[in-house]
Amino acid sequence: MDGQQVQPQPHPAVPLLMEDSKPGRRAGTLVAGEDVRQALDDLPAHLLRCKPPAMPELSELQVVRHFTRLSQRNFSVDTNTYPLGSCTMKYNPRAAHAVASLAGLVTRHPHTPDAHNQGLLATLAELQQMLAAITGLPEVSLAPMGGAQGELAALAMMAAYHRDQGDGQRTEVLVPNSAHGTNPASAAMCGLKVREIATTPDGDVDTAALAAALSGKTAAVMLTNPSTLGTFERRITEIARMVHEAGALCYYDGANLNAILGRVRPADMGFDALHLNLHKTFATPHGGGGPGAGPVAASKRLAPYLPLPYVLETDGVFRLATAMERPQSIGVLGAFLGNVGVQLRAYAYLRLLGTAGLARISGHAVLNASYVAHGLHQAGYKLAYPQRRACHEFVVTLAAEAERHGFRAGDVAKRMLDFGIYAPTVYFPLLVSECLLIEPTETETKDELDRLIMVMSQIMEEGRTQPELLQQAPHLLPISRVDEVAAARHPVLTWRTTPEPGSPAPA
Amino acid sequence: MAETCWFTPTHEWVRQEGHALRIGITLHAAQALGDLVYVELPEVGHQVAAGDAVAVVESVKAASDVYSPVSGEVLEVNAALVDHPELVNEDPMGQGWLLLLYPMGSLENMLDQAGYDALVQSQTQP
Amino acid sequence: MPFIPHTAAETQAMLATLGLGTLDDLFAEIPQALLLQEPIALPSGLEQALDEQGLLELMQARASQDRPLCSFAGAGAYEHHIPQVVSQLLGRGELYSPYTPYQAEASQGSLQIMFEFQSMMAELLAVDVVNASVYDGASALAEAILMALRCHKKGLHKVLMADGVHPVYRQVATTMTSRLGVEIITLPHDGSGRMDEAAWRRMDAAEVAAVVVAQPNFYGVLEEPDVLVDWAQANGALAIAVVNPLCAAVLRPPGQWGRHGVDIVCGEAQSLGLPLSGGGPYLGFLGCRMAHVRQLPGRLVGESRDRQGRRAFTLTLQAREQHIRRARATSNICTNQGLCVVASAMTMALLGPQGLASKAATCHERTRELTERLTRIPGVRRLFAAPFFHEVVMDLGVAAEPVWQRLADLGFLAGFPLGCHDKKLDHCLLLCATETRSRAQIEDLAMAMSQVLGR
Repeated sequence: MDGQQVQPQPHPAVPLLMEDSKPGRRAGTLVAGEDVRQALDDLPAHLLRCKPPAMPELSELQVVRHFTRLSQRNFSVDTNTYPLGSCTMKYNPRAAHAVASLAGLVTRHPHTPDAHNQGLLATLAELQQMLAAITGLPEVSLAPMGGAQGELAALAMMAAYHRDQGDGQRTEVLVPNSAHGTNPASAAMCGLKVREIATTPDGDVDTAALAAALSGKTAAVMLTNPSTLGTFERRITEIARMVHEAGALCYYDGANLNAILGRVRPADMGFDALHLNLHKTFATPHGGGGPGAGPVAASKRLAPYLPLPYVLETDGVFRLATAMERPQSIGVLGAFLGNVGVQLRAYAYLRLLGTAGLARISGHAVLNASYVAHGLHQAGYKLAYPQRRACHEFVVTLAAEAERHGFRAGDVAKRMLDFGIYAPTVYFPLLVSECLLIEPTETETKDELDRLIMVMSQIMEEGRTQPELLQQAPHLLPISRVDEVAAARHPVLTWRTTPEPGSPAPA
Repeated sequence: MAETCWFTPTHEWVRQEGHALRIGITLHAAQALGDLVYVELPEVGHQVAAGDAVAVVESVKAASDVYSPVSGEVLEVNAALVDHPELVNEDPMGQGWLLLLYPMGSLENMLDQAGYDALVQSQTQP
Repeated sequence: MPFIPHTAAETQAMLATLGLGTLDDLFAEIPQALLLQEPIALPSGLEQALDEQGLLELMQARASQDRPLCSFAGAGAYEHHIPQVVSQLLGRGELYSPYTPYQAEASQGSLQIMFEFQSMMAELLAVDVVNASVYDGASALAEAILMALRCHKKGLHKVLMADGVHPVYRQVATTMTSRLGVEIITLPHDGSGRMDEAAWRRMDAAEVAAVVVAQPNFYGVLEEPDVLVDWAQANGALAIAVVNPLCAAVLRPPGQWGRHGVDIVCGEAQSLGLPLSGGGPYLGFLGCRMAHVRQLPGRLVGESRDRQGRRAFTLTLQAREQHIRRARATSNICTNQGLCVVASAMTMALLGPQGLASKAATCHERTRELTERLTRIPGVRRLFAAPFFHEVVMDLGVAAEPVWQRLADLGFLAGFPLGCHDKKLDHCLLLCATETRSRAQIEDLAMAMSQVLGR
């Protein structure tokens, strides 16, 4: 020891893997005793690596402790109330995880011949059918690996459809200004131009603005319903009629399907194609940012354009559709069948729900959101759309508090962390200043909801009397607020460029 | 200085310097964006049309285009911003300038200080 | 009730608080005509809810309905031993169930793991920076091409692609870039299985924005990438590498190809700790030199400090992403493969540099043995003469697809029949032996193949 003292700490930092590494240490049973040089002696030396990569050398226990301790530095659905708006952070059933982990499925190679893959293909075919029934659209492809990829796929399908109708000049996509950022980004990746449509003061699409924007150039209108404002678009049937009369198509962003699951089918609202987020409505885990899955569903006229592959059935025999039999398909989006493990989890969830469970999910999701909205309103939070009924989520605005007391929506969110509640979505939707988007989901107990209301009420009170308590929050987590400005100005993206521990912070 | 400075409704300022125009973003714009973390500048010699995005200013939570008030050719860019984007926050009308443009057209629809102040005032009304 | 914690009394009390009588009252704003009067009719046989036991019995039956095949298939997805630590720790709820770590203070675990993944991948590939995932290897290539065009800035749209790049990756790149005016020109391989140098030397280099080369290539062959990388960069084009990061533990990494290293690297990291799972989820990644980092799509974690000066991690350079830049973002990607990043980081940490090299070398050695054994069958020969890594193209001398089907009936997944991608190769199988195949299994496959071929 060189005289350094060890200080007791409630949340000791976890060193980087590389900082715990010792040259020559091995995780015992995992490294075969192969003579690497001899195994490679037939390969030209100039194609081989001259120096082994400088990567950590650790024991198995070190690795287990490292990742276990890091896991304890996360909030998660399994450990915390997680009212993150627009993300539907519901409980992820363990049975679904067990299904996706079954040895016979988890070891299945994607190039297994269809004839030897019937159990898996049958399951995926049933998932396609169930999603078709839920959306009211006849055909489904499970291929897209995320919601955004599903958006891209469905827009590409619509563009291809217009082209085949001799309508190739349709290159514009209309999105409401309340839309998720992925909507305009997906349209752009599809080579389409984005135009934003205004929203009325009570949260609906401004149909006059929509009418003015629709033209012979419009390819599609992208809508979420309920919208990101947490309100149901009441004139949806009229909107769909306007869009179709203009020769354009209606795209449904399924991000908020949890609010209407089993009660309203997107097809009945007039939508021609959509994507679903299995990692939202269908309870597959978010995994710290994925993997998710974004299946697309399509009407009869758009179905030939669905991305490959998907499962077809003839007389009880299942096979993957090929480009040969689906020549109008927009093509493939990934190397194999999409995120099969995620698809299996969603299948498991739907089987556990059954027909009767679907509407119960949306009913309780909306009940919980309405209940929390009501409680927060009583506690002095200003609802952004008080005249509207909250769906599965709702928006509050802290613009007045920011003005009067100097604490912002983001400060309330950070303070919530001190109470063990994950932060709601902040500063989205962009339409509402100083906003929080709150989505409790149907899997929280009434007690947890009451606690959420109580904590937020208390934070409002703290903000009015001691705003600095919020501005400095969180106080009780392993770290306090992170300097995001420094991180972006001088990006340190690997440990090769990491500053020495204890060195002064970058200027 | 102030009397030779003009403003755009999209929050750029423009100053005549000999035959060239020096361009930056206003104090109001810099404050609204928050701490800048990156400034994307055009290449010298780049030709730009009036109303085109000629640079991008980024904060942690936003990225905003800077529009050229006039057609022209980029003569010089503020290289100091590559390592020190914070200059735009600290001194937006001075050391935080963005670029020098050789104009090939005339400035139109520009605001003077009073006109710009009135615009900002109207935009920040609740 | 499944997944609803409220008692009937609680539901009633909550409704009463809202001045409502039934759950249906919550939907009063929805036009009546849209509300379903009957429950959604799930397909026949699927209406009834299963309990957990019933679900697992059903799925156990589905999982074991097809006989497990002894696999010699690769073609983009590889069977490797996955350490128990990975499978067991990955189910921890704190890693399994959080969202993307936007609230840094409550997400230091996920953030530090992503940072460590970025660090290890950058080291393995010898590049400045690697992102914390895109969907899969194929979509990573499409993103790499779009990124290269943004970096190039000259408005060129022509991309040269070696046909040794996985054919499905090439199809995905076409699906995702053709609407944006990108022109992908595929260059043929020569008789040795490597890309044909003469073919790309004939191209007008001044029109080319980027070149793409895979190592090892789809046929398992080792390319000579240096000349192409140098040629591209000398002509102002960007060089894109498609690699398997496990192989990079022993092969010269893309950051060291040519005089300056490639500009962009992408690929599939399934080999680093992810099960086959019938085709996904896998782990696409994308890396580059620091100068291009603002054109890199996908999540990036950076190191910073908290207010007390402690080390802290955060998502960074977010202005590249769709939630900020919307239509002008580097990509539309939002949800990516977060948990797969965790699996891969754990695997790299457990194996270490020795373990990774040893695993890669063992795969090569097994494939050598497989090649040696199969070429003892009369009429079976290696198609390409160039050195291979852990996959090899075998010419059977007869149509390969029926042989492949017959071998499946005998319990073997005998690689991948190449005829479905290239008619000229319909006598050929692409075979792979990883460290999970034993010599005895190689012998069994050879015997079965002899039997099917009647030789």
